[in-house]
Amino acid sequence: MSEKEARKGSAHQKLLAFASLIVLVIGFSLASPNFFQVDNILSILQATSVNGVLAVGVTMVIITGGIDLSIGTMMTFCAVVSGMVLTWLGLPLILGVIAGMAAGAACGLVSGTLIAKAKIPPFIATLGMMLVLKGLSLILTGTKPIYFNNTDGYTDISQGSLIGDLLPVFPLPNGVLILFIVAAIVAWVLSRTVLGRYTFALGSNEEAVRLSGVNTDAWKMGIYALAGSICGIAGILISSRLNSAQPALGLGYELEAIAAVVIGGTSLSGGRGTVLGTLIGALIMSVLTNGLRILSVAPEWQTVVTGVIIIAAVYADQMRRRSAR
Amino acid sequence: MVTRRTLIAAAAMAAMITSAGPTFAQDKVYIPLISKGFQHQFWQAVKAGAEQAGKELNVEVSFDGPDNETQVDKQIDMLSAALAKKPAAIGFAALDSQAAIPLLKKAQKENIPVVAFDSGVDSDIPVTTASTDNIAAAALAADKLAEMIGGEGEVAVVCHDQTSRTGVDRRDGFLNEIKAKYPKINVVTVEYGGGDHLKSTEITKAIIAAHPKLKGIFGTNEGSAIGVVNGVKEMNAKVVIVGYDSGKAQKDAIRSGLMAGAITQNPVGIGYETVKAALAATKGEKLPKHIDTGFYWYDKTNIDDPKIAAVLYD
Repeated sequence: MSEKEARKGSAHQKLLAFASLIVLVIGFSLASPNFFQVDNILSILQATSVNGVLAVGVTMVIITGGIDLSIGTMMTFCAVVSGMVLTWLGLPLILGVIAGMAAGAACGLVSGTLIAKAKIPPFIATLGMMLVLKGLSLILTGTKPIYFNNTDGYTDISQGSLIGDLLPVFPLPNGVLILFIVAAIVAWVLSRTVLGRYTFALGSNEEAVRLSGVNTDAWKMGIYALAGSICGIAGILISSRLNSAQPALGLGYELEAIAAVVIGGTSLSGGRGTVLGTLIGALIMSVLTNGLRILSVAPEWQTVVTGVIIIAAVYADQMRRRSAR
Repeated sequence: MVTRRTLIAAAAMAAMITSAGPTFAQDKVYIPLISKGFQHQFWQAVKAGAEQAGKELNVEVSFDGPDNETQVDKQIDMLSAALAKKPAAIGFAALDSQAAIPLLKKAQKENIPVVAFDSGVDSDIPVTTASTDNIAAAALAADKLAEMIGGEGEVAVVCHDQTSRTGVDRRDGFLNEIKAKYPKINVVTVEYGGGDHLKSTEITKAIIAAHPKLKGIFGTNEGSAIGVVNGVKEMNAKVVIVGYDSGKAQKDAIRSGLMAGAITQNPVGIGYETVKAALAATKGEKLPKHIDTGFYWYDKTNIDDPKIAAVLYD
């Protein structure tokens, strides 16, 4: 598939995903008057922020043809690191944020090194990292949450609203704003920079890239590290939301993020994908979860419906690609 | 091509969604319960109690909870969705009480009464808390133990924790009852095993070795009680054991006669009382700060009684 075709293909999937999102919103709005209310829309967006940031980060990794299963527990690990820096050491807010992101970058670099240098398949390397980081979070905290009560402004990172200060009728939580900023930056990196070009190239034909003299190992490690630092941002968002770093949390979040990426039309076999698609995918997931709750659908059925939607989204993508051929 | 398929999918989805929604009778009071989980037997029992109250009191009840007790943020999202439904009142069992404060404040602002259940919230926003009265339950354990040893002799307590609310309440509930009603019973020691089976076993063996005339031991939670059973078994002692909660090992010990009996909490009652209190709160009725949701004594004779069996878990 040429690059042009690939771009056109994912544009179609984006359209399909976007249409599904609109349909879901209209459907839920018709089904319940409580769905399409400013407050509820804001809660949906807020619920998307953490999963969205994780999904945007892992999109890059997936485009290289890799996978990162450790993002959920890595997010927690980063939150714990920033909790230690802020609450235990009492350092200023900005250092806590930097420490969280640096912890993520370091973890990503370890995964990237294991994959690129030690030639461990990404699935296995990051599965191992997932467990290591889960354990480390519990060990570092002594299994108890770290609270951010002494850090002024920490909860504002996610819960405050800069937009609400300007536009009181629409107090968009800062966490959502951060999601959009992260998404915009990653979209720019993917479409306008050398790193972005190599990300797609690695996913399409790694061997060809390597034979043309590019140091693929270094680029790959860089991509995992960048994705890791984005996990760090997710860690800060979730701990800011909860006013605490919850060490036991995190397992399962990687699959939700990957589901959002896939719904958004990024191919798990690499070489194809967009950040906008991922963003829409993440929104579909949280609109669905929220809407089903608003309709009081039993939690057992909520998970069934979510599973069906994921399969349907990927099936639709397969059908479209077959008919395009 | 894409557009047509999209439209078909759109229509199908819209149809699915609209038909999936349960029909709400607008005049019926709606009370959602956000619990700590929904898959475990304990929570299923809470849900059954809530639904029973819903039926009897003509209230629309819904029950939601995260997959496991670590998912604090999922629970917050659930609470937020529940508030969006503009309920008459809300029941909430906080996984982390601090994390929920902003939303509880929102509920307060919108005049939606919050009833805490199972465990309290560090806040004065909930109008009441529906949970087990551990002090009264431990007092019942004391009464039963006293009755079985003939109202006199030496007893000991193996407690799970000296700082947590449940540990302190169960210990003091037991000790105070003995002191108030049974002057001839002497509590020789209270030891703490952290609810750990092995640690509680060692403690029990040491207690028995130090007090050969010991007649009874109270284990204050599942792990402590099982430890006591193991210790007594290893020392081959003749001691009356009273436990707390259930679990397969404890149920087996009761069936085999090693353990005399135990206290079980009443999750069905927790669900029932939560809905009842929430409804009362919507009518502006004054509620006590704490509602005891009840507990039962169970032993060999009534362990298979449907009412008891329903609140026991493996």
